[in-house]
Amino acid sequence: MPKMGYDMEEGKIVQWIKQEGDEVQKGDVIAEIETGKVNIEVEAFDAGVLRRILIGEGQTVPVGEAIAWITDASEELPDFAEDGRGAPAGAQAEEAPAEVPEPAPAEAEEEFPPVGGVKASPLARRVAQEHGVDVTQIEGTGPGGRITRTDVEAFIEEAEKAPPKPEAPERVEVAVPEVLPDVPAERMELTQLRKTVARRMTQSKTQAPHFYETISVDMGKAMALRKEINEYTQEHEDVKVSVNDLVVKAAAQVLSKYPRMNASFAGEEVVLHQQVNVGVAVATDEGLLTLVIPNTDGKSLSQISRETRDKVMRAREGKLRADDFETDGTFTVSNLGMYGIEEFIAIINPPEAAIMAVGVVNPSPVVRDGEVTVAQVMRVTVSGDHRVVDGADVAEFLAEFRRVLQNPMALVV
Amino acid sequence: MAEMTYREALRQALIEAMEEDEDIFVMGEDVNKYGGSYGVTKDLADLFGDRRVRDTPIAEAGIIGVATGAAMAGLRPVAELMTINFALVAADSIINSAAKVRSMFAGQSSAPMVIRTVGGAGAQLAATHSQNFEAMFSHIPGLYVMMPAVPYDCKGLLRSAILVNDPVLFIEHAKLYNLRGEVPEEPYTIPIGRADVKRQGKDVTLLAYSAMVHVALDVAEKLADRGVDAEVVDLRSIRPLDTETIVRSVKKTNRAVVVEESWRSFGVGAEVATRVQEEAFEWLDAPVHRVSSEEVPFAYSKVLEQAALPSADKVMEQLREMRIL
Repeated sequence: MPKMGYDMEEGKIVQWIKQEGDEVQKGDVIAEIETGKVNIEVEAFDAGVLRRILIGEGQTVPVGEAIAWITDASEELPDFAEDGRGAPAGAQAEEAPAEVPEPAPAEAEEEFPPVGGVKASPLARRVAQEHGVDVTQIEGTGPGGRITRTDVEAFIEEAEKAPPKPEAPERVEVAVPEVLPDVPAERMELTQLRKTVARRMTQSKTQAPHFYETISVDMGKAMALRKEINEYTQEHEDVKVSVNDLVVKAAAQVLSKYPRMNASFAGEEVVLHQQVNVGVAVATDEGLLTLVIPNTDGKSLSQISRETRDKVMRAREGKLRADDFETDGTFTVSNLGMYGIEEFIAIINPPEAAIMAVGVVNPSPVVRDGEVTVAQVMRVTVSGDHRVVDGADVAEFLAEFRRVLQNPMALVV
Repeated sequence: MAEMTYREALRQALIEAMEEDEDIFVMGEDVNKYGGSYGVTKDLADLFGDRRVRDTPIAEAGIIGVATGAAMAGLRPVAELMTINFALVAADSIINSAAKVRSMFAGQSSAPMVIRTVGGAGAQLAATHSQNFEAMFSHIPGLYVMMPAVPYDCKGLLRSAILVNDPVLFIEHAKLYNLRGEVPEEPYTIPIGRADVKRQGKDVTLLAYSAMVHVALDVAEKLADRGVDAEVVDLRSIRPLDTETIVRSVKKTNRAVVVEESWRSFGVGAEVATRVQEEAFEWLDAPVHRVSSEEVPFAYSKVLEQAALPSADKVMEQLREMRIL
């Protein structure tokens, strides 16, 4: 099960595109999987014959577990029992002929339970349990790599010396509220994406102390610039810059000057990221997901625009690829302006330090030079993680963000 | 405390017992005029007369048959089988007669008798005279099986064996008769079914009995030079086996190796290892390993015979594999 994103922990096989016995070329799509975020196609890493499907459609397995075997047609199938991961019960019960392999018969499944787990002495396990240590985290130095008491004790000692690990992205239990028993209802199973959103948002809202700051940006000049750009690009390139592209570009540019806003909380320390990777929150039929534009601050408006549009389109069609999730976001922009929402507050996308919620650009009365006049006002609210940033940090960031958008030439030169 | 040999300690136990209880008598091949094949009954005839020190024909089934009858009739025989290899001839008398008396007569009769015999290899006596059958006999309910390793235990254990009201197979080791050790002059007993910690340690438990106790102690000395502190437990009694002492030691050291002179398969080591994992699973930091004899009939050739026997080197090798060294 390939890891399609830094926080992907498990994946579900939606469909096998190739079947057992099919020849595959490197890069062929062999299956479609559902991650916490989207449905993605899995490509073959190598050419060969799809000898054995280990994980059936609809089954969910952790990242890193074998889902199928691709080998040369003549090659002997690996000893499933030995590596013990991903081998379905009974998979080794028969040596499938390369031409027409068939799934192992059901009877065989009971006879050969999968061998798995960690090699550890009973004493090592007991000591680990007493100290709340996960033996799978320990490297064994005993015969055959067995974990012995000494290994566990060394691990505990090491762990006591080392600083606590970053807490994200640990699993957070989502409390299940009681459902009105007397009201007729339809029940929908959570998709992987829905589950992930539920888990991560609960984690964020319960662990990160949020605070919120809102600012009004006069978008007059920016809207004029956008119009000008789009008139130009219409003739020369197939690009149409959106308000959101301007916001993303401005945010990225300002983030590179305010490293604390482009950071993560990691227990005993704050991690200041050396890349600015702005994520754009996108609503799809399946649910919310964040598409990251890697190195956003180094990209031009048209690059940002093109990349965002491409990803959003593919996301809505369920055609995202693994490389779409390779880069971790460092800051998120969520924009509901297209729905006419004037302002809102967003929940931080962990482990980021802040998120920006963007409202609609609305003609509004403002006071300028003592006169009431109409301006194109956009209201922006940043939620900050108070463990990383303080009110003044966000205030300075927002002030600079407004200055850039109100003097938008900075975005193109 | 006097220093005496393994042989002399056994002889003293017999003399003290026979002085105390006139129902006790000794019988076996050459026990009277010759003083026993290994000299344990030397001069006993002078002390107690021919009636209580009886030479028998070379007829092991008969010796044990007579001893069983005498025991049932109220005497307390100490029958000697020249070596345990000949116990096979007497196996029916031992297993089907002596060991069954108490239960088949619902406790109305019993066979209080000791079968003294000699086991062990290493003396170039070839395949049929170099065997160890303690595992076979320890399999039998109704029998006690003792195997002393040092003179002190010889005297105390033999005295206790004679006091037991059921048949006891008392297996001495051919190579230990001249071993010297401290032995109290006065009579004493050692509880049946009690193992003895011969050396205290905390890093690994070496479980042994009979001659292998000395191999284990030798290994423990070598280990001490390398900073490993081994505990040596002498089982002394094979049936009943002192699970409590074994388990207590393993819970302390977390690792155990059984050193046994008999063959590996279906042996005493297998039984000990099983009990350890049953009673102390969560204290084990490694599987319980066995160092046993190679599974071959012992050769006459000294080189081949020694190669087949457990040794300190083999135990050290096992400990290295366990990463204790």
